[in-house]
Amino acid sequence: MSHQNLLSDPDILRELIMDHYKYPHHHSLTEENGYLQKHMASESCIDDITVQTKIEDGIIQDIRFDGVACTISTASTSMMTDLLIGKTIEEAKAIIDEYFMMIDGKEYDEEVLQEAVAMKNVYKQANRIKYATIGWNAIQALLESEASHE
Amino acid sequence: MFDVKEIRKDFPMIQNHPDLIYFDNGATTFKPKQMIEAVDYFYLFGTSNVHRGDYELSIQADKLYDDTRRLTATFINADTDEIIFTHNDTGSINQIAYGLSRSFLKEGDVILVSQVEHASNLLPWFRLSHDLGIKIEYIPVNKQGVMTVEEVKKCMHKKVKVISIASTSNVLGSEQPIKQIASIAHDNGAIIVVDGAQSVPHKPTDVKDLDVDFLTFSAHKMCGPGGVGILYGKKKHMMHMEPVFLGGGMNARFASDTSMILKEGPERFEAGTPNIEGIIGLGKSIQYLMKLGMENIHEYEKELRSYFASRMKELDNVIFYNPENESGAITFNVKDVFAQDAAGYYAHKNIAVRSGNHCAKILHEIIQTDSTIRASLYFYNTKEEVDRFIEVTKEVNLENAVGIFF
Repeated sequence: MSHQNLLSDPDILRELIMDHYKYPHHHSLTEENGYLQKHMASESCIDDITVQTKIEDGIIQDIRFDGVACTISTASTSMMTDLLIGKTIEEAKAIIDEYFMMIDGKEYDEEVLQEAVAMKNVYKQANRIKYATIGWNAIQALLESEASHE
Repeated sequence: MFDVKEIRKDFPMIQNHPDLIYFDNGATTFKPKQMIEAVDYFYLFGTSNVHRGDYELSIQADKLYDDTRRLTATFINADTDEIIFTHNDTGSINQIAYGLSRSFLKEGDVILVSQVEHASNLLPWFRLSHDLGIKIEYIPVNKQGVMTVEEVKKCMHKKVKVISIASTSNVLGSEQPIKQIASIAHDNGAIIVVDGAQSVPHKPTDVKDLDVDFLTFSAHKMCGPGGVGILYGKKKHMMHMEPVFLGGGMNARFASDTSMILKEGPERFEAGTPNIEGIIGLGKSIQYLMKLGMENIHEYEKELRSYFASRMKELDNVIFYNPENESGAITFNVKDVFAQDAAGYYAHKNIAVRSGNHCAKILHEIIQTDSTIRASLYFYNTKEEVDRFIEVTKEVNLENAVGIFF
């Protein structure tokens, strides 16, 4: 099976979410200098995560996150870190736009989103959308603040 | 006899959603058709403002409005002029906190609360702490959220002016010994404010017997419409309390030199056009509850909750936080599943429960978890619904909770 076929298998997508929830990637914060930080505590009563990123020469060198969060928040944020690390700010913004298209239930490019397509059905439960976007909103805000400093 | 099958026929939401299990009654309750028809009637045949009285419609609206005040007083054994209508339970507590802060309270005074309180009974007092230097102190509670008379006694000292607590916790269902606490408060020169939002809808309430100074509750949590809160206050305190809102209906006269004379009755606290249709609806919901009998409602719910609790104890995949409490919500988590994820699975199975911290954001200091699932009952729920809930609870795990998206 090709990569894209794998990502259309519901069982595999479900496993991906569970895997990212149980073993989230880049799931620790750092005290190191050079990181921008965004605390997301007011989007919902419960989910409370902090996202950090290090950007050098217009390239995302690192993204980290931690906090209290449900499956969808944790897995979607973990997938975001995988997708955006190593990208330029412009590339990252294009991926984020694509992700929000998917979350809104609109047409999107599966190739661009890779594993994050696992979140494609979240829009069907409207109350969960904020969980699928909490980490993505954080990184978007960080990229914008970086851009405004340049 | 308490015939729940017949009772369910009174509730259009139950008839219109035959497969839904509604276990979110701590948030709001369904409405009986008798109440809905009373509100409809006001819109279709009875629309008028109150306190005008110059024509028949207005006289009718006044009568229904005043009747509801009388009925509400009867419902909790108060006097009619001790009942104020606000816009919700939160509005009632804010009126009390602000009202007392303008006369009765001063810097250094202490308000006693507990860690199980809802935001509505903490934040209005926290603001007084920020603005006026009033101190907040906490009465210790056990793991089930209950405080003992001895603990309350230990917390009393000269500076304590107000004890403000919920009679039944919105998360743990902890019932506090209000009558004894009121007596302790009075022996020490303090007053007691009781948030009755989660107790008044479920059991008989007698403010004279309890001897509380203030009691607040909410119409929509007892089969009534939204947008109506009730504030009971002893007459002797009413005059010390400054109204939050000033305007029409609450003043006797005012002049261009800014002088004003305010009314002395409950109207003093009801500035502007009240939620007339809501208050008329509240009257009908109280009639409905009184016809069923609050004692009967209490007995039925107690037995249902006890059955629910015993079934929950059979399960080995849950952490059940309040098995010992006799009333209120069943509060739990499914092991290894985040509360929202579990609630999502219940929703998928057409069961309405609430997940989160339920606005009691310092409760985690007592139960060591931020987020729980709350299943809260009312008298129209049944053992059959509990049984279906238990079967679904057995299926809740991470795989199924994520599986709802595919």
